[in-house]
Amino acid sequence: MNKTTWYEALPEVWIATLETLYMVGVSFVLTVVGGVAVGIVLQVTSPSGLRPMRALNTVLGVIVNLFRSLPFLILLIALIGVTRFIVGTAIGPTAAIVPLTIGAVPFFARIVESALREVPRGRVEAAQVMGATDGQIVRKVLVPEATTALVAGATLTLVLLVGYSAMAGVIGAGGLGDFALVYGYQRFNTPVLLVAVVVLIIMVQIMQSAGDAIIRRLAHRR
Amino acid sequence: MIVVENLVKTFPGVGGAGTVEALRGIDLEIPTGEIFGIVGPSGSGKSTLLRCLNLLERPTSGRILLGGDDLSTLSGADLRSARRRIGTVFQQFNLLHSRTVLGNVEFPLEVAGVDRTQRRTRVRELLELVGLAGKESSYPSQLSGGQQQRVGIARALAAEPDVLLCDEATSALDPDTTDQVLDLVAEINRRLGVTVVVITHELGVLRRVCTSAARLESGHIVETGRISDLVADPGSMLGAAIVPVGDDPSAGPIADTALVTALGEDAHGPWLSDLIRTVDADVAVVGGRVERVGTTTVGRLRLRFGGAVDRDAVARFVGDRPHLTLSWGTDTDLEGLAG
Repeated sequence: MNKTTWYEALPEVWIATLETLYMVGVSFVLTVVGGVAVGIVLQVTSPSGLRPMRALNTVLGVIVNLFRSLPFLILLIALIGVTRFIVGTAIGPTAAIVPLTIGAVPFFARIVESALREVPRGRVEAAQVMGATDGQIVRKVLVPEATTALVAGATLTLVLLVGYSAMAGVIGAGGLGDFALVYGYQRFNTPVLLVAVVVLIIMVQIMQSAGDAIIRRLAHRR
Repeated sequence: MIVVENLVKTFPGVGGAGTVEALRGIDLEIPTGEIFGIVGPSGSGKSTLLRCLNLLERPTSGRILLGGDDLSTLSGADLRSARRRIGTVFQQFNLLHSRTVLGNVEFPLEVAGVDRTQRRTRVRELLELVGLAGKESSYPSQLSGGQQQRVGIARALAAEPDVLLCDEATSALDPDTTDQVLDLVAEINRRLGVTVVVITHELGVLRRVCTSAARLESGHIVETGRISDLVADPGSMLGAAIVPVGDDPSAGPIADTALVTALGEDAHGPWLSDLIRTVDADVAVVGGRVERVGTTTVGRLRLRFGGAVDRDAVARFVGDRPHLTLSWGTDTDLEGLAG
């Protein structure tokens, strides 16, 4: 069997790229929604938060730490049953969205928690003396005032998801990681492997630059 | 009128050991329309008192009455609506940096559910009042400290509070800006009739805008009164701090000196030469100061009379003039004034 040349592989690289963008994109949106929710609960229920709730804060903190302490590869395999239950299959980009999201939410939740904690206490108190409810303080003070840190954290998370999605290739998720593994690594086709790597690098660069550009535009909000 | 009755606030000690008594029974009456200064060294309980007044801290015991309503026991929606009756201006401004000037000033109205058009009208009036018309769409980080504090003042006034609390509101500003912001506070007090409570460690603030003051020390009010009475009272430490005579220990014992305070027109008049002629004595000025306090002038002079002066004659001279007050120095004065 002749090796595929790297340019012959390009159409497949394109499909793999789209698969990666799809699973990273969807899991990113889900991660942002879930991470913001969990992060807000973590901060608001912390001892210095708006509504300290020791038990809830501790339990949630332990769960988050548990998922964060597992290497992603282990999590991927451990979640195969859960994925099959939710999506109906454990293979392909749609199935990969489940472990990607579950792996990234705890990470982003901690970023959200610390970003909210960095909002100067005086601004929260100013809102309190103006008669704002706790819900209004979260929506109108904590989250908007933390926007810069949240965008920076979201960029980190997006890049992390690209890395995770490549790892998900191990369990047949599709995408660039899967492609590099199957065509490049297992068939000893280094040029094809390199093409996949270059596409991943470019993808990460674009994401980081976009995040930095948004942060620059928000600079006046610090 | 704000009435504080036997206000006590204790905090749990560090590491759960015992308690810290920040306020040990504060009684205060602040009449409507006053600019009331609360001074005291750091650790005296000023900040705790302010945080009780703007309802950020719940008193351990005692009451805070605003226009007859007890605010110290409220919670939930009642607490939030009571908070709107008190506007706070902060030392660090505490503006929301994600919002424009307009967004900041309308915040109290927005959380109270006031509709958008009404909010915009009110914000325009307020920015006019604080001298920031046209700055609606600027962000706080694009403004100077003085401008940010003007936004802070406009925001504190947005919900038409009965009381404006200023928490070291000028301490982060340079001297010129401080004066401008203080003048603005005085103008707002005059135009809107809002009661102003100023917490400060700067005596210049008392001198420039306050009509009354209280001195706080280790959780107690140790002195309170109208500024004009305080500066006229030779025994008042606040008065001595507002218009210090600068007693110089090398000028000899204070016991045989007289401290004369002249208020208003008398402060400008030739009372000293009149006094010298009347009692026919040699006089040395060993300390003194003339200060503008609020809208009046206060002069305080410490005099040493040469030879045996007729103290009764001096007392009669001062007694004939309503704006002069006299006290003979005692040795304990020096200790008291050193504090």
